[in-house]
This record gives sequence, C-alpha cells and structure tokens, in this order.
Amino acid sequence: MGIEQKLGNMGIVTLKLEQVINWSRANAMWPMLFGLACCAIEMMSAQAAHFDMSRFGMELMRASPRQSDLMIVAGRVSRKMAPVLRRLYDQMPDPKWVISMGDCASCGGVFNNYAIVQGVDEIVPVDVYVAGCPPRPEALIHGIITLHEKVKGETLKDWA
Amino acid sequence: MSEDHLNKAIHTLKERFGLREAEIQKYPPALLVPAEQVIAVCQTLNDEFGFNFLSDLTASDYYPEQEPRFHAVYNLYSHEHNTRICLRVPLNGDSPTLPTVEVIYYNANWHERELYDMFGFDITGHSDLRRILMPADWEGHPLRKDYPLGYEEPQFTFNYDDIDRRKHKARYEEA
Amino acid sequence: MTLTGVNTKPGMKKPDRVSVLMSETYEVTLEELKHLVSERALSGETVLLNMGPQHPSTHGVLRLLLELDGEVIVNCVPDIGFLHTGIEKNMEAKTYEKAAVMTDRLDYLNTIGNVLAYSLAIERLAELDVPPRAQAIRVILVELQRIASHLVWLGTHALDLAAMSVFLYCFREREAILDILEMCSGQRMMTTFFRPGGLWRDVPADFELAVRRFLRSFPARIDMYHALLTKNPIFMDRTRNIGRINAEDAIRWGLTGPSLRGSGPSNDIRKTQPYSGYEQYDFEVPTGTNGDVYDRYLVRMEELRQSLRIIQQALDMLPVGPVRSNNRKYVPPPRAELGTSMEAVIHHFKLWTEGFELPKGAIYSPVESPRGELGVYLESDGGPFPQRVHWRTPSFVHLQALPVLSKGHLVADLVGIIGSVDIVLGDADR
Repeated sequence: MGIEQKLGNMGIVTLKLEQVINWSRANAMWPMLFGLACCAIEMMSAQAAHFDMSRFGMELMRASPRQSDLMIVAGRVSRKMAPVLRRLYDQMPDPKWVISMGDCASCGGVFNNYAIVQGVDEIVPVDVYVAGCPPRPEALIHGIITLHEKVKGETLKDWA
Repeated sequence: MSEDHLNKAIHTLKERFGLREAEIQKYPPALLVPAEQVIAVCQTLNDEFGFNFLSDLTASDYYPEQEPRFHAVYNLYSHEHNTRICLRVPLNGDSPTLPTVEVIYYNANWHERELYDMFGFDITGHSDLRRILMPADWEGHPLRKDYPLGYEEPQFTFNYDDIDRRKHKARYEEA
Repeated sequence: MTLTGVNTKPGMKKPDRVSVLMSETYEVTLEELKHLVSERALSGETVLLNMGPQHPSTHGVLRLLLELDGEVIVNCVPDIGFLHTGIEKNMEAKTYEKAAVMTDRLDYLNTIGNVLAYSLAIERLAELDVPPRAQAIRVILVELQRIASHLVWLGTHALDLAAMSVFLYCFREREAILDILEMCSGQRMMTTFFRPGGLWRDVPADFELAVRRFLRSFPARIDMYHALLTKNPIFMDRTRNIGRINAEDAIRWGLTGPSLRGSGPSNDIRKTQPYSGYEQYDFEVPTGTNGDVYDRYLVRMEELRQSLRIIQQALDMLPVGPVRSNNRKYVPPPRAELGTSMEAVIHHFKLWTEGFELPKGAIYSPVESPRGELGVYLESDGGPFPQRVHWRTPSFVHLQALPVLSKGHLVADLVGIIGSVDIVLGDADR
C-alpha cells in the first residue's frame, strides 16, 4: 500500500531533494533533555506510555547536546541558569530547533521578578512557543507537530 | 505533658538569660534573644531540654524601621517531647551580624548562607559563607525590602513597539 | 528602567546589555574552593569533576562538584540556585489570595500539598474555621498527590538504576490521579484548588466513583512494583548499604520525612501535630532500620499502601455540608447572594479590589509533604500584603546531607543516593 502504488515496477521516485531532507529531519528529531521545572514533568508524561512521543521519532531524549537536534526548554530559566542554557545551545550541531514549552519559558509566566529570564527568546532563538502552565502533553505534541510542519517547509538554504 | 515541658523551658530561659516573650508570634511561642546570647540559648535548649532539631532559620525585614530592622527567626523542635519553640533575634540595619549555630545544628549551614545571600547578614564563625541561591557575582541582597522586585513592564498596545525596540531578541550566532 | 526592565538603584552596578541577560559563567578558581575540597585535590591527586546542571540523573538542575579518587567520591559539593524563582519576594508583592497561585510551583510534584500548607498557615493565623467536608476532601486529594509524587520518585529512581519499565508503569498510574485532579479543578498539576477557608468549589458527582475505581486497581500495581524491584538482585546490590546514615546524624542534619524514617525514628507530622482532620484516620507510619537507600525505598513503598488506607477511610466517612467557611471577611459570598444582600456586595467588592487582611502576627505552620517537613513561616503586618512568607522546604535541607551520605561511595552509587533522598529542585531553590 502507499508508497508501492506510486513506485510501480521500477522502484524510482522523483522528488525534490529538499522534501527528502526535510522529511527525514522532521521524523527523526531527537530532543535534548532540558527539563528544568514543572513543565519537565509534563514532558516526561508526554514521553511516557500514555501520550507516546516515540511515535514521532523521539524515542529517547539524548542527554548530550552533541547528539540532539531539538531543545525543548521546559520550565523557568533563572538568571543563574541562563549562561548554561546558551552554552548548551551553542554546543548543539546544526540543524537545530528550539521549542519553548510553557509560559515561563515563553514569556516569564507567573514570575515577573528579578530572578527569572522573561522569556527564553532573550537567550536562544525560538521556533515554536507552546503555551500553558504546564501545557498538557497533548499541547506539547501539538507544538511538536507544528514544528514538523515548519521543518517540512524549510529550504536547503536555511541550514546551508 | 509537652505543654509543661515547654513552659518549663521558657521559664528557665527567662530566668537564666533575662529574655522576654515576643508577642508578635502566635505559634510557636517565641522569645526575644539578643544576638550575643544566641549560641548560649541554643546550647541550653539542645542539652537540657532536648530541642535537637532546627526546623527553620529565616529572617524578616521591617524596612523602613532601622532599629531593629531585621528579626532573625529560629524555629526549634524537640523530637522527644514533640514541642516547638521559637527564638527571635532583633538586628539593626547598619551591620546585621549573627553568630553561627552550625556546630549545634548542622543544617544551619545552608540556612545561614541563605541569610547572607538574601539579606546580607554577616554570620560570624561560619565555615563557608558564599552565595547560595543567586549567582556568585550578583550584587545586592534580594529579599531586603529596598531591593526592587525587578519586574518587566507588560506590553500593551500603546507601548508595544517601544518595548519591542528595547527588548533583546536572541539571534543564532551570538557569543 | 533599563533594557529588560530591571530597576537599578543608586549604588548598584549599572547592568550592561550582556551582563543583565546572562551573567558571565562564573569561573571558579581552585583558590576559592580551597576550604571545601581536601588537600589531595590541591596537589592534583584527586580529580574535580563537574556533574553539571544539565544531567539526566540529577532530577533537575542541580550542580555537584565531585572530588574523585578514581571512581570513589572523596567529597561532593552541591551548588544550587539554578532554579531560584524569587517566589518569596514575589509573594510579598501580591495579596494573599493571588499569592496562592505561586505556591503550586514550588514543589511541583506535590502541588496541592503546597497550597494546603499555605492555606493552613492563613487559617491558623486568622483563626478561620474549615468545614469538615472540606477537611476530608483536602485529605483525600493530598493523599492522592502523595501517591502521585511517590510514583514519580519511584519511576525516576528506578530509571536511574536502569529499570525503565517501572518508569512507564508509574507514569501510567499517575495519569489516573491527574484525571481525578483535572475533574475537580480543571488543571492536571497546578490546581490551586484549596483556598483559605476550604475548597474553591465542591467536587463533581463522578469524583467518588473515580476515586473508588482507583482504590480498587492500585494495590495490584503496588504488588507489581514490588515484584519487579524489591527482591531483584541487581536492585538490591545497587541499593543495600549505600548512603547509610544513622538516626542521630539524620536528625542533626535536618532530615525529615521518609529520608529520616528510613533510619528509625517514626516522626510524622500527620501523627505528631495533626492538621485537617488527620487524627480521625487510622494509619501507620512505616520506618526502616538501616538508613540506607533500600530502606528508604521500602518506607516509601509502604507509604503508598498507607495513603490508600487513609483515602479509603476518608471517602467512607465523607460528611455532607458546605465546602468553604462562612466568614465573609475572608471568603467571598456566593454569587446568588449578590442580587439580594447589600453586605454581600460590599464584602465581594472589598475582597476583589483590596483582598483580605490578616491580623498582625507571625506563625510557623508545618505539614508533612512527600519529601518531609514542609513549613510555612507567615508573618503579617495587618495589611493586605504578606510581610514575609518563608518556605521551609525539605529538599533544601536534605541536599546539605548529600556529602555525608555519599562519602566513600562510587559515582554510580551517587545516582541512587540522590534518587533516594527524593529532591525536587523547585523545592530547594524556591
């Protein structure tokens, strides 16, 4: 079914290279373990059996930034943690994307004070913002699907 | 039984050290202790009355009153008698100093570091006085009342572009 | 007002663009750490390893500076503050009712327990009565939250010790509890369901059915976790005689809760200074003997069963009645009254614009969280804003004992020790 119908007898498909690359990048994105606070618990719930994230290709969370493509900033970023966050982002190889999960990472959330960075986009460029405090696992999965759609619309020049 | 024990302890402390009760505290019953007598009082409570557990060590800032500006609050608990007692230490604003009790209650170590970090108390005799919650090069003591909350102005429609110009948006390559 | 809105006052170093956003990573030299590490580190005989804030096994953003002799830990210096949120200062700027929202986010695995601690402190200071139905429902929800917290502890602890299926099973069980919380309040985690005086609103009709269904299905799951872990030779090898502490030292270092009870003393605030009607329920407090990781694991597993017992009794004895106090100085009137009574309108107006004011005084109110003694020191100066709210959080105190627990063990054991102390960094850093 599916792809065999289109291939016919010869087994040759004609596509743009961009489509293949974007499709492979989107469906095998490995997130980096960057759970900071309460949103991390919902991220773990999204990873666990009930709301499975491995059906999107994110079977494991790599602890090392060198081996991951996606940084899900889950939780509030304090001023002490901010340089660590930037350093980890710089250590990730291209192509890389950032999802800012939750209100605290997107805009500072409930905490508008001296200790919390008001939105992680002051430190790393963010692709998708997921709102919620904490966002339901379904909301996080919606954010990931949005990111996949964004990736599938990228051109080769973006990461050249 | 624990009521009697508590009353006996308070009575002994009042007589031996000349302390008064602090009316502000509703529960647990509190005594006002001058800073020089803190170690002696804690030692007495620990040795003679079995208050072997320091529940909490914190402080409260009464700015703009300057004398006393701070009250350090020790909450002690006795496992054996199931009672709590509280000691309040009034400190002045210009140079609040407090002796360390970490030799009696080991967990006072980090509580006192937090007092230094958040309020600027100078803890004499402490083995490791550095900042604990704020970054090590932070200036200022956040929980003092004259330290600003540091909040960000909310962006409404009338000042949206204004704040956007000032706000820093991170770019991809930025060292 | 500078770039990101941080107010500077005269005397403070004026922050420039980079240093406001991220203070330079503080490079520490060995000179400054001299008093913390042993002499063998200074001579280079032992290695200083940074187990950084981002690490899969530190259960949050905890930084440990380990001094290693080969693989054996000589000393371990914890560095916290990477999740410091300034909650205490922020609560001083909000009214009492609005500040309750921030309390959930402290210990984010025991969200409803934090709201209980805060509400109890306000009620004790204001001498506010709580109706018995509200007390019983509070107990049910807090015990459910205790089970949920222990499930996350078990899942992550077992995951660190390489038992991944336990992690998946625990989170599946937890979904049932989160569904119950969502049914009551609309939110899975940060519910803020308890308010000063009782509950926000009454529980829906399916609440009892859902809780009973959970009570029927859960004991079999606990048996399954026991079957997977308790007599497992690998688990026992990794946890027996690791991280031992005796009762005397544990009390001196400020350990409370299951971390203390693993060493012997059976001190539980629900029994010694009961609150919210806990004295009516019949339950035991499990204790251990050795004070090692294995005993702390057994204590928490037994606590799961005891929590089920408490929920069963509370549900059977659930009284009918109102769920919030009638004291209109603190509790807003029901909306139906606003059409008929002028006093109701005045109370509503005052509570919504200014917020209620507590009488002048200070109080320290401890409760038993799944981690240990969670205490709220609340001081009021008679106005609508708190003068001081301090949270005595168990994780902050337990982290001090980590060097004592881990001396002489291997790095692989350290992971088990951190898991057994059950720290939550939101709790430690506030």
